[in-house]
Amino acid sequence: MSNPNNVSLNINHELSFIDGHALTIPTLSILNEEGDIYEGATAPDIDKATAIHLYETMRFIRALDERMQAAQRQGRVSFYMQCLGEEAAVTASAAALDQNDMIMAQYREQAALRYRGFSLDQFMNQMFSNEKDLGKGRQMPIHYGSRELNYMTISSPLGTQIPQATGYAYGQKVRHVDAQTGELNSTIDNITICYFGEGAASEGDFHAGLNMAAVHEAPVIFFARNNGYAISTPADEQFKGDGIASRGVGYGIKTIRVDGADALAVYAATKKAREIVTTKGEPVLIESIAYRLGAHSTSDDPSGYRTKDEEAKHKGCPIERFRKWLLKQGWLDEAQDAKDKETIREEILAALKRAEKVAKPALEELISDVYDTPIPSLQKQYEQLKEHILQHPDAYPTTAGRLK
Amino acid sequence: MAKMNMLHAINSALDITMAEHPNACIFGEDVGYFGGVFRATSGLQEKYGKHRVFNTPLTEQGILGFANGLAAFGAPALAEIQFADYIFPAFDQIVNESAKFRYRSGNEFNVGNLTIRTPYGGGIAGGLYHSQSPEAYFAHTPGLKLVVPRNPYQAKGLLRASIKDDNPVIFFEPKRLYRASTGEVPEEDYSIELGKAEIVQEGTDVTLLAWGAQMEIIEDAAKKAAEQGISCEVIDLRTILPWDVETIAKSVIKTGRLVVSHEAPITNGFGAEIVATIQQECFLHLESPIARVCGLDTPYPLALEKEYVPDALKVLAAIKQSVEF
Ligand SMILES: Cc1ncc(C[n+]2csc(CCOP(=O)(O)OP(=O)(O)O)c2C)c(N)n1
Repeated sequence: MSNPNNVSLNINHELSFIDGHALTIPTLSILNEEGDIYEGATAPDIDKATAIHLYETMRFIRALDERMQAAQRQGRVSFYMQCLGEEAAVTASAAALDQNDMIMAQYREQAALRYRGFSLDQFMNQMFSNEKDLGKGRQMPIHYGSRELNYMTISSPLGTQIPQATGYAYGQKVRHVDAQTGELNSTIDNITICYFGEGAASEGDFHAGLNMAAVHEAPVIFFARNNGYAISTPADEQFKGDGIASRGVGYGIKTIRVDGADALAVYAATKKAREIVTTKGEPVLIESIAYRLGAHSTSDDPSGYRTKDEEAKHKGCPIERFRKWLLKQGWLDEAQDAKDKETIREEILAALKRAEKVAKPALEELISDVYDTPIPSLQKQYEQLKEHILQHPDAYPTTAGRLK
Repeated sequence: MAKMNMLHAINSALDITMAEHPNACIFGEDVGYFGGVFRATSGLQEKYGKHRVFNTPLTEQGILGFANGLAAFGAPALAEIQFADYIFPAFDQIVNESAKFRYRSGNEFNVGNLTIRTPYGGGIAGGLYHSQSPEAYFAHTPGLKLVVPRNPYQAKGLLRASIKDDNPVIFFEPKRLYRASTGEVPEEDYSIELGKAEIVQEGTDVTLLAWGAQMEIIEDAAKKAAEQGISCEVIDLRTILPWDVETIAKSVIKTGRLVVSHEAPITNGFGAEIVATIQQECFLHLESPIARVCGLDTPYPLALEKEYVPDALKVLAAIKQSVEF
């Protein structure tokens, strides 16, 4: 029988309010800064191949971020966003998923895409908005997407992916539901993970998305990256209450908070979350706590809103922490690791130079994909534009020569 | 007078407002200590306190809902939306609420104290989500006023008038010009009347009409046209709603020709409204069809931005077509 108010009435006779901070949620931490497992903690079951792939992805992303940050300073790309400090959170959560689970990211999750196998050239082609970019040169650098890798193309407006993730996940579930009983008739094969920042969690879309997921039991993992800042706005000007996690509880969603700089904790939590989601067919919220070590983007200067002291307090490196553990496992060869690091840097620079030389998308791409096929008025606008460019080829040098 | 860029001019208008009204508030994403991502509100939190100049949580819907409430209370609400592209989560609060507050309550309540500032437009390699010019969506909504300045002097005077106006106003700031456009601006208070277009250059052969950042483009086109012996009358609309039909019609009656240019897509852009009205007002005086040079009917692109934009060359082509018709 359904409960018309859907609350548990625990009648009492004393006038008292529950404090807004009454809920304090613990933070799962498994690996300490020295690369040792905390006493009382259990390392997740992770095989060597997965652990090494996870590590190599983090190391690659660190190198890519450093190189592209520099490339932006040199004026070679217009914009860049690093994930400095959050490599473990993003990579380890992606590592705990199935390759065919859908990833709906905010924008700072390049490591998840890399973990899936997005190639160096694909990263570069997107950033240089050349004709090989899967997104056809339409969006700013870092707005990646790949159908093959189940990584939904990034959209700049914040939070919009959150209710979409709920809907997408519902689609993934619905074919596992028995038509007669309405119950799950098998575990769900693929689910959705949805990443967003603690800032984006203030958007109406967040509340809409979580509530819909809870009520309709969508198989989605909400992964909140609480990195302390939304551009210049610190978390304490973003929300009150105990982080984003407390809201998951408020929506009736199973929730966990993890140390986002601890790859093992993130991996363990996400693995378990996926098991809950696939077997119970309901959402889970993970809140990762990892300080944003870098600037918000290359357009930002954090020295205007936070102190060196504060930054120093958080300088622990999630990659280094995991590396120490790998060394202690005897899974990593230090000399080889150092050599690989060099090779990666060289490869990144070479790929950057390659992508810079690839031509811009053809003029037709201006009107393709607005609709499935250009509507007549758009086709006409295109013909007029083409004619204009052909009359003034010098003014439009990148496209004029390629028109017929 | 002082040399200011557009951001300084906007800052100055806000500063005067904050000093004038003890309960005026400035709020939006990152506008507090940081002064906004473009720094339009720099220094104001230090001067007026955290309770009057503050960061909001990242929710445009919340910002405008809050602003409507604050303005209904009677405090000047100066809300910033970080990019016009992100005004849409607040669309309901603006279109259904701000615009209709006075009407639905028989003027028991109104939000005339509300001013929404937002950077709009392209030219910064921002792609589809950092380049939109959404004025037409709001121009379809009775109850709002829409204002777009073209330079620092205009920005300060029009922003002050927008704030003082007893209606909700959306003030679109051409972000491409924030730092690029500088000029002499009085340090003291002044206002430029809303609803009045400005004739920036007199001419006899054809009227060119635009607003905001597109003014640079049509002024450039007018210069190029002059080299070919065509005299353009250049007009800045300044206020999109209410718009100055009289000044435009008078000019078109004189020149017999009109070219309207804006960055937003052509279909249902505000240019369409202008064309319809002016052909009705000036039908017997027109020497050629009214032309529009606008964005294509596509989202704002990144790689092919140069091809996409209604640049001076495209405006010049339209001018010539109009004159040679
Ligand atoms: C709807 C919307 N409003 C504003 C912005 C501008 N903006 C881009 S990123 C950002 C901060 C996001 O912070 P958070 O969600 O905490 O993620 P983080 O950058 O810290 O990873 C803002 C305000 C936007 N992209 N979309």
